[in-house]
Amino acid sequence: MSITSATASELLAKMNSGEISSEEITSACLDEISRRDGSINAFLSVQQEAALEKAREVDRKRKAGKPLGKLAGLPVALKDNICSEGVTTTCASKMLEHFVPPYDAHIVEQLKAADAVLIGKTNLDEFAMGSSTENSAFKTTTNPWNTAYAAGGSSGGSAAAVSAGFAPLALGSDTGGSIRQPASFCGVVGLKPTYGRVSRYGLVAFASSLDQIGPFARDVTDAALILGTIAGKDRRDTTSLDAAVPEYTSTLEQPLKNLKVGYIELLHEEGLHAEVKEATLRALDVYKSLGAEMVPITLPHAKYCVATYYIIAPSEASSNLARYDGVHYGYRAPHFENMIDMYAASRGEAFGDEVKRRIMLGTYALSSGYYDAYYLKALKVRRLIRNDFEQAFQSVDIIATPVTPTPAFTIGELVDDPLAMYLADIFTTSANLSGIPGISIPAGMSKNNLPIGLQLLAPPLEEERLLRAARMFERETDWHLKRPV
Amino acid sequence: MDYTVIIGLEVHVQLQTRTKLFCGCSTKFNPDHPNTQTCPVCLGLPGALPVLNREAFHLGMKTGLAINCEIPAFTKWDRKQYYYPDLPKAYQISQYDLPMSQNGWLEIELDPETREKKKIGIIRAHLEEDAGKNSHDESGRGQDSKVDLNRCGTPLIEIVSEPDLRSAQEARTYLEELKLLLTYIDVSDCNMQEGSLRCDANVNLHVHQANGETVPTPIVEIKNLNSFRGVEQAIEYEVQRQWKHWQETGLSLKDVPKETRGWDADRGVTLEQRGKEDAADYRYFPDPDLAPVTVTDAERERVSQELCERPADRRARFEESYQLSVYDAAVIIDQGLAVADYFETVAESCGNGKQAANWVTQDVLRELNERGLDISKFPIQPDVLAALLQKVNAEEITIKSGRTVFQELLNYPEGVPGIEQIQNIIEDKGLALVSDTGELDSIVQAVVDKNEKAVADFQSGKQAALGALIGQVMREIKGADPKAVRELFIAKMS
Repeated sequence: MSITSATASELLAKMNSGEISSEEITSACLDEISRRDGSINAFLSVQQEAALEKAREVDRKRKAGKPLGKLAGLPVALKDNICSEGVTTTCASKMLEHFVPPYDAHIVEQLKAADAVLIGKTNLDEFAMGSSTENSAFKTTTNPWNTAYAAGGSSGGSAAAVSAGFAPLALGSDTGGSIRQPASFCGVVGLKPTYGRVSRYGLVAFASSLDQIGPFARDVTDAALILGTIAGKDRRDTTSLDAAVPEYTSTLEQPLKNLKVGYIELLHEEGLHAEVKEATLRALDVYKSLGAEMVPITLPHAKYCVATYYIIAPSEASSNLARYDGVHYGYRAPHFENMIDMYAASRGEAFGDEVKRRIMLGTYALSSGYYDAYYLKALKVRRLIRNDFEQAFQSVDIIATPVTPTPAFTIGELVDDPLAMYLADIFTTSANLSGIPGISIPAGMSKNNLPIGLQLLAPPLEEERLLRAARMFERETDWHLKRPV
Repeated sequence: MDYTVIIGLEVHVQLQTRTKLFCGCSTKFNPDHPNTQTCPVCLGLPGALPVLNREAFHLGMKTGLAINCEIPAFTKWDRKQYYYPDLPKAYQISQYDLPMSQNGWLEIELDPETREKKKIGIIRAHLEEDAGKNSHDESGRGQDSKVDLNRCGTPLIEIVSEPDLRSAQEARTYLEELKLLLTYIDVSDCNMQEGSLRCDANVNLHVHQANGETVPTPIVEIKNLNSFRGVEQAIEYEVQRQWKHWQETGLSLKDVPKETRGWDADRGVTLEQRGKEDAADYRYFPDPDLAPVTVTDAERERVSQELCERPADRRARFEESYQLSVYDAAVIIDQGLAVADYFETVAESCGNGKQAANWVTQDVLRELNERGLDISKFPIQPDVLAALLQKVNAEEITIKSGRTVFQELLNYPEGVPGIEQIQNIIEDKGLALVSDTGELDSIVQAVVDKNEKAVADFQSGKQAALGALIGQVMREIKGADPKAVRELFIAKMS
């Protein structure tokens, strides 16, 4: 396998045996980026010099036999809504086009401490709002399997970077599916941890009660490796959970005994693509062949997920994005009459349509006289959705579902139909609303040669179970070994 | 036709924590170095998150308990959203429907003569973060406005009273009592110049009509009241304005929404600030970045144990235990906790509360004022003053000599004088009271002998002559007991 298609664990082993240096790996990734990112558009910025410098530093340390971090010398790409000190963090918005944070996000500190090589910042839908990266103010990321198709979103750049061979590992954020959906579209592993498992400090907020940072990797082992370095309590994020972080990689190869896999009846699922349904059923068969018990479950309130999500997320977004007003930092309109006009012009000129749409939705839902009917009602339904999962996990260990109703759609296909785009979040938003961890793993290919993912869900803080279950499937299949040509 | 004035106050008090409510930045008042006490959190930078300062919550609980509030077991944080350049997140973290304390009261004394008291209800007291400070070019040359975020994120407690206040004077008294209480329990310095205590007043009138009906006039919120005098004057002005407005228009509460007016202290008027149409919708919602706070019975109990005696209770106790006049008790209490403690130490150890009060309210306070000192820096320690007063009480020295010793102690050149210095000064200055008749007798006899004319004057009924004679003895013996001298003269000359 070539450097750019190898997994992180393979590369680590080769570095440790002296077969290859971090500088060589980093250079190979940088070469691949300069060769092909012109058509993929995964990156908004590449920190070539800093990356090479860090790679050489790690090589020296490794040679000198000094202690090394868990990701020593591995290139990692960061979604461009994660603050990194001294590096522009744009959120793919004209609003923050020139914004340079004076501080590192918690997970950036963790990655640096783990000796990772931070290679670049990846494209996304503006402020992580969208499912295709078409809402980026700067570029649209294409699907490495077929550039006519969307990479998904909002973490499309990170998914594409791992898929295309630009970086073995990447981080994204998932508010309603923004890691799992592009992972599924691009044929890589994408994990959304339990809400609070990873600190949000330094992640530019979209919807604070739903946002969670998580990894993209080429296989489940790599996802376990990087999750172990970024998870854990951070006192700067009071919503981060004070729970021990297991050694995910050490138990990964142990199959779960007497596994009970919950599934929802897909026969009547409207709008579900036949090939996705087929891939999901095939995946259930794999588990069955491993001796797992298949348990049908019902999530009575699942049908309200998208509606609930599209009240709560825009409401929080309308508040979180209010700070971008042209006063203290970010874009300020060149011409305005007075203060109010400055606010309106700056925001009007710098935000894209989707961001504006969600700010308006959220502002409306929180307005006096509407709050009870929308936001408060949505919070109550959210509680019911959470209860559904608690109930379901009484009788099953994990739940298996499709990630998306269809394989990747073509670029431009849904751009004028925001509602259809929203409805594609039907399988992913429930994990955010209920705070549980979810993973997307490669589980099939469509006739058009586009990847199809399988989603697994587990109870809160059961990432270890989730990863082991995913690994059980992965060991029996070779979908994760496929690379785009 | 007449009217009743209805007033409720919203008081914002800065809690004296070292760091801000949701970040580790200093809360020091530092207007000369703008934007130096800031970090990503209080600057509202993308990705920054708030972390609750437990000490601020603790001081909030202390405040709530001091004003007799319930402290609910569960409280949460809400975002109050509005755009203004001094608010970098475009929302203020505050508390909306579940404040951390509620349903309390504060008792005020309406009249020192009649001692009539009144409980002013307190609807709620909640925590919130302060905004920064905007400053605008006032030269008229159209320079940029500036924003200082040093204050942004400083913990405030907002105390909202019931509309129980019935006059500008009552409002002022309430505010003064509240300030005194908060400084006593040590939650705030309540420095109004530095903005540590700010007040808004909601004012309207209940007009009593001839037919027996009562009609409320529109409610006006007066902002920007930053002195006790300002509160009183602004309300007085507003009452007159509303009464006139009512007589002219007859508009009532239900005709006009709440209006916001600002107090212009220079011109002595309130001016309309916010139009009636654009009433703000703050779109409050629970802050998803902050976990709700739960308070246990044990915590509540622990904090209430920390509360010292409230000033009103202490005032009453001073009157009772030390037989102080209403006036003296009030003067001492109003000076704050440290002066009250000073007084009480002196009163306890000299055994005479009235005497201690006289000395503290006259001599000590005069010196503090003249020297611009705080009681903590006053050179005469309370046990030293008590020892001095004991000597006066025991008639070892005269009151006049006592004042001389007091002055000497104040001017003591080597640090803080100890009790032993009193005796040293008495000896150095020969101030020991001489009432020993043997010694006095010979001097008095000598003066009588030398002053035939004065003696004759006295004997012919001129009482004034006696004073001059006593004065001669006192010059001779500084510590002479004037009472004994007087008696000796009268005996010898009668």
